[in-house]
Amino acid sequence: MATAEDSAPPLEEQDDERTIPVRQTTSAGYGATKWKLESIIGMIVLAAFSAWIVASFVKGPRAFIQVLVIGLSNGALYALIALGYTMVYGIIELINFAHGDLFMLGSVIGAISLEQWLGQKSSSPTAWVWLAVTLLFAMAACALINIVIEKLAYRRLRNAPKLAPLITAVGVSFILQNIGIKLNGSAPHSRFSVLPRGALHIGPIEVRIKYIVVVAITAPLLLLMTYIVQKTRTGKAMRATAQDRDASLLMGINVDRIISYVFGLGGALAGAAGVLYVQVNETTRYDAGFRLGLIAFTAAVLGGVGNLLGAVIGGVLIGVIQSLNDGAPLFLGQEWTQTVMFSILIVMVIFRPGGIFGKHQQEKV
Amino acid sequence: MTTESTAPPTVRGDGRPPVLTIKDLHVYYGNIAAVKGISLEVYQGEIVTLIGANGAGKSTTMRTISGLIKPRKGEIMFEGTRVSGMRGDEVASMGIAQSPEGRRIFPRMTVLENLELGAFLRKDRTTIQADLDRVFDLFPRLKERVSQKGGTLSGGEQQMLAMGRALMAEPRLLLLDEPSMGLAPVLVEVVFEIIERVNSQGTTILLVEQNALAALKIADFAYVLETGHIGLEGPAADLADNEDVRNAYLGLA
Repeated sequence: MATAEDSAPPLEEQDDERTIPVRQTTSAGYGATKWKLESIIGMIVLAAFSAWIVASFVKGPRAFIQVLVIGLSNGALYALIALGYTMVYGIIELINFAHGDLFMLGSVIGAISLEQWLGQKSSSPTAWVWLAVTLLFAMAACALINIVIEKLAYRRLRNAPKLAPLITAVGVSFILQNIGIKLNGSAPHSRFSVLPRGALHIGPIEVRIKYIVVVAITAPLLLLMTYIVQKTRTGKAMRATAQDRDASLLMGINVDRIISYVFGLGGALAGAAGVLYVQVNETTRYDAGFRLGLIAFTAAVLGGVGNLLGAVIGGVLIGVIQSLNDGAPLFLGQEWTQTVMFSILIVMVIFRPGGIFGKHQQEKV
Repeated sequence: MTTESTAPPTVRGDGRPPVLTIKDLHVYYGNIAAVKGISLEVYQGEIVTLIGANGAGKSTTMRTISGLIKPRKGEIMFEGTRVSGMRGDEVASMGIAQSPEGRRIFPRMTVLENLELGAFLRKDRTTIQADLDRVFDLFPRLKERVSQKGGTLSGGEQQMLAMGRALMAEPRLLLLDEPSMGLAPVLVEVVFEIIERVNSQGTTILLVEQNALAALKIADFAYVLETGHIGLEGPAADLADNEDVRNAYLGLA
């Protein structure tokens, strides 16, 4: 992923004070004409896609909006997982392939604690309270697991060639899947949702309550995350560590602790996504993390790996594209959905490896 | 080439123990020795300079003092505490700040955020604000660019930012690694004036420089590094007159 190079902007060593104000952040060194052509093609693609969406809406507005709501809800979950990818990449430049499996563990841990330990199998106000408890528990558990993984597996490889931690992450992914098999069995396990089964009717449009709940829980989590990264002292230390680890040490920042913290935050979000996923889909399976992880990874790439806001927007976009393709009029239909989504991944990596916002944007962490 | 410069036994530090003592320091990158047994001392209130050619081990020494590299052998003592072997953040919390080689400012943070990070370990808002004002007083340029991203500054401005950031830590020992690197001659003079000013305000400074002439002018004591060991040491004024130094480093035969 090409975002790495922007951490050390090449600055010319000429220092005549009068020439200073001219310098800007933008894509210096990139051929201007190439950039232009690329953006024209980008515009055309975007225009075509928008036209398609409008046509679909006109053809069947009701179906379109219902599908859109599902997409937003799925997208919110993808955003939670994508944030974990992007934060870890931002801070140690590792694509953590075990992250999807952490999400899977979150879903299994959440389901086991809610059904087996707390005995909640149907919708009731008590069950909702226990669901909240389960959510916090799964978040804490996944945060802890992620911190331990970093300490045991990734920390000592921090200065090793990039391939070593990457392969290690794949190994960790297998380990987590096997723990998943142990806890969940090798076959999909159907689970109970404790959310109300009903739907809200807004005019002719019907919106299932579970989708509203997912968005209602995810949105504050995402806001909280933004607050932590942008406003707190630890958040500032996270951003500093992402930009220059040695300089951060010189500032007195305990870089090891900050990296643990990032893994903890990413893990907590994956845990939350896991619990919500079970409530929506009423199933757990040990290999759920593979597909969901890849989709969330696509979302992270779409938003520019390392870019927090990008991960959220990428997640929502992928969720919406997926569900539109699944169910909206004039789209290809479910059997093509994975093809569409991973084509997006490939196209992004080839043409815009820095994400839809380009690479000189936003805050890494 | 030693002897003659060590002659005048000037009493450094008025009989008080040195602030920083490095004893027989060896630093390796893999199997390659970068520093091969150097020893030096910095006393309260001094400007001590470490001069020498490229690859002599100057920056390695600085990075080792700050805990970014672990020495293979030897000892670094700061105010009586052993700091060699500590993590970088622990060394910083002891009161040692560094403006590193290549500036290493945070490119996607504003000038103000960079300076605030310099004060990361400090809690007292009012003294931080006072030091911020002091830095802006030393570098008025930074005040003009306070909300600009660090990466968009010119090299000279980045250098000022790196020094200002280090000062924000309120260090008792300030390490400056090549503060004049890549600067226009006019700015070099300004930077050296500021170093003197900071020193006269009470900060002890260890200065690494390739611009040996300028460094010797403002320093109290100097060490000449030659491929990993100290070839010469003495009061800066003496070294500036030393025939060998003038030949090798000042280009003023």
